[in-house]
Amino acid sequence: MSRPTHRRPEYRKINKDLFVLTYGALVAQLCKDYEKDEDVNKYLDKMGYGIGTRLVEDFLARSCVGRCHSYSEITDIIAQVAFKMYLGITPSVTCNNSSRNEFSLILDKNPLVEFVEELPAGRSSLCYCNLLCGIIRGALEMVHLAADVTFLQDRLKGDSVTEIGITFLKKPEEKKYRRKK
Amino acid sequence: MADEALFLLLHNEMVSGVYKSAEQGEVENGRCITKLENMGFRVGQGLIERFTKDTARFKDELDIMKFICKDFWTTVFKKQIDNLRTNHQGIYVLQDNKFRLLTQMSAGKQYLEHASKYLAFTCGLIRGGLSNLGIKSIVTAEVSSMPACKFQGQKG
Repeated sequence: MSRPTHRRPEYRKINKDLFVLTYGALVAQLCKDYEKDEDVNKYLDKMGYGIGTRLVEDFLARSCVGRCHSYSEITDIIAQVAFKMYLGITPSVTCNNSSRNEFSLILDKNPLVEFVEELPAGRSSLCYCNLLCGIIRGALEMVHLAADVTFLQDRLKGDSVTEIGITFLKKPEEKKYRRKK
Repeated sequence: MADEALFLLLHNEMVSGVYKSAEQGEVENGRCITKLENMGFRVGQGLIERFTKDTARFKDELDIMKFICKDFWTTVFKKQIDNLRTNHQGIYVLQDNKFRLLTQMSAGKQYLEHASKYLAFTCGLIRGGLSNLGIKSIVTAEVSSMPACKFQGQKG
């Protein structure tokens, strides 16, 4: 079976549009179903978690990344490989604290909000892209890394950039293994 | 392409999310299907606008349906519709023998009754696309054997 070796650039764009538009329709529907912004945010995060737990397998199969030895390596891979692969952007990574377990992904271009002009009236604390936080959290949990992922800054809320904060949490099992040895 | 995985997973999560927050029963089932179909409608409208921005005007209804079967389906689902039938009086049947959103499910009878949940969004997608091309329609879908399915579009 032959496959076209290169697609017309419009096809790729429209493929991405499909995801972006579907996400927009989903958020719109959720805003209709839930009155409180926190509920919508929580729901998006939960959905993202479900997606992340499955997406990580697809990611590992496609990318063949090797084993990571530090949190900063993991965050770099999320930013430079995963985001590039699925959303076509490369956020920049900064480390927020000296114990090297808090990182920020700074997105200056966010394809998910391509068709969003502004948050609807009365929805000022809606985290439109909260799905991303859930996805990262779910994916990390599937590789046995607990993390807190939240939006620190959001362009839709008036900040200058969109910033996702990842805080790696200490695994409680670590201590157990050490004691056994 | 990697993008496909994202959309597939999002779609599956949407379906399970809509049904999780609903109770059992025929009425609820219908409401969930409507919700999903309406979401698909919005997406279909937007998508067809972006898609046909630079294409030539369509000659007639059949031309539009062929566009949906070939270009639209290829872009969204990476393959063309396998069979298009019409009675030339406003009813079109699009048959896809290996529908992308159903291939990940078991090909036997196990999930046949649940398959319609996964077709609702696409019905809306087609209806939205047609609506923005000037055709008001009702789109339904049926699955006789996984992963093949038929979408029936009726004008009016």
